[in-house]
Amino acid sequence: MNNLIEIRWHGRGGQGAKTASLLLADAAFNTGKYIQGFPEYGPERMGAPITAYNRISDKPITVHSNIYEPDYVIVVDDTLLESVPVTEGLKETGAIIINTTKSPEYLKKVLKGYNGNIYTIDARKISVETLGKYFPNTPMLAAIVKVSGIMTDEAFLEDMKGSFKHKFAKKPEVIEGNMKALEMALKEVKKI
Amino acid sequence: MSIRERLSGNEAVATAMKQINPDVVAAFPITPSTEIPQYFSTFVANGTVDTEFVAVESEHSAMSACIGAQSAGSRAMTATSANGLSLMWEMIYIASSLRLPIVLNLVNRAVSGPLNIHCDHSDAMGVRDAGWIMLFSENNQEAYDNNLMAHKIAENKDVQLPIMICQDGFITSHSIENIELEEDSEVKKFIGEYHPEHYLLNKKEPIAVGPLDLQAYLFEHKTQQADAMRAAKQVILDVSKEFENWTGRHYGLFEEYKLDDAEIAIVCMNSTAGTTKAVVDKLRENGVKAGLLKIRVYRPFPGEEVAKALSHLKAVAILDKADSLNAAGGALFEDVTSSMYLSKENVPVVNYIYGIGGRDTTEKEIESVFTDLSDIASSGKVENPYRYLGLRKEAK
Repeated sequence: MNNLIEIRWHGRGGQGAKTASLLLADAAFNTGKYIQGFPEYGPERMGAPITAYNRISDKPITVHSNIYEPDYVIVVDDTLLESVPVTEGLKETGAIIINTTKSPEYLKKVLKGYNGNIYTIDARKISVETLGKYFPNTPMLAAIVKVSGIMTDEAFLEDMKGSFKHKFAKKPEVIEGNMKALEMALKEVKKI
Repeated sequence: MSIRERLSGNEAVATAMKQINPDVVAAFPITPSTEIPQYFSTFVANGTVDTEFVAVESEHSAMSACIGAQSAGSRAMTATSANGLSLMWEMIYIASSLRLPIVLNLVNRAVSGPLNIHCDHSDAMGVRDAGWIMLFSENNQEAYDNNLMAHKIAENKDVQLPIMICQDGFITSHSIENIELEEDSEVKKFIGEYHPEHYLLNKKEPIAVGPLDLQAYLFEHKTQQADAMRAAKQVILDVSKEFENWTGRHYGLFEEYKLDDAEIAIVCMNSTAGTTKAVVDKLRENGVKAGLLKIRVYRPFPGEEVAKALSHLKAVAILDKADSLNAAGGALFEDVTSSMYLSKENVPVVNYIYGIGGRDTTEKEIESVFTDLSDIASSGKVENPYRYLGLRKEAK
């Protein structure tokens, strides 16, 4: 992996993109990396477009600005594709990961000639199957780990198990479903 | 041994406060510093600390409660931002004139109006002449470390002044980053107990605090405050040295980053210094002799030391994250340039007002400042010393 990986998350308020960016920072931190996880605070409210960021590096990170030329972009909600310039600045050596069931033709058209890798995942299906509800951030977190290779699947799952135990201490019944969501997402994220 | 952790800037401050376990915390929530009293109040509720937490009805009351508590002989802390500090303003001057070593965490945010919740330094600049020691923090680590040093500096018998620890709202307060924490017991040992010389709850020495002080004495009392501020400089250096011996982390009055052999340099404070470091590294790879001087101690202002550190440069840019709206230049610019004038250092200087109201400051923009500095260095001329960085031309 490159020394510094920069990631930009696009989602809508309430979908957990910010939480996912913090969980990713956590997981990378636990493998010994230097990390940053921060949302771009705006007039956010349920349903409004939001942006969150991650920097992950082997060396201390001193930059404190938003990310304009990300290595990876994650789109948690495909209704943003037509209203937010999600590929802006995205490196062609990187990739975009989209939670969608839309056709490759549609995606290529709407991404306006982005030549890097495009990955898709049906986070809704995975989430509903494993959690019974729509929480797209858990599958998307697994998808970025898989695509970026920030850490191995095993290390990631092991670490997330610990995080979920802590996070869901008061409702342990949801831990298994969340773990299943991660496992499914690791398998189902696909390059188009 | 330090503990490897990852915390936001606000979490880092709340953690420091937990370890300090002050006698009293009085605070009123305001974005983006709200999380500090929020996290701290959970420590109180869980019994992790035995602090008296006073949930006041305004920031004016928060500072008033801190003044009362500290006068009584206890350690008091608070946190605020922007308009919260504005509402404290009356009591800010009273705290310093009563020589009360209160510790305040200021999570920098633009003062209204119009209403803005994001970072700039207009809140801090509004109290720069209020007699408080002011330390600025590049990241969560520095905010944490400055808190650990704060009481030893402020309570020193030659100082006895309140102290303000600044960090950038959202940019560092809400960003999760790596941090090295110290053990609770070590923190406790480093800070020690608070034994004020004079305090209200000392029945052996009845005193009055804050009575009338007219023409006969106020001047002398203000001079004592000024003397204390002058004395604070050495005390900050001494405490920082002691802190370094303990943690291995070095702090001075300011940080010189690749400045020794630099030809051009930026002077700035807080998180932008980190972005500047990354740009300096990049420029150095291309053979540009760029450097950075990051102010840590803004009050007392280390004028002579700053002037000396900049004396060998061919051009210097001073970045102000608050516009003084005075048609003359930002506050840091004026501090630096008057220090250079007094030290007879004739280096071309230029001022950039930047990052107002949370406007993001990018590496590219910092790089453009260095490009401007290269031009100034070769021509020796500064056409317009009062500039803006990151301002949208069409919106002006």
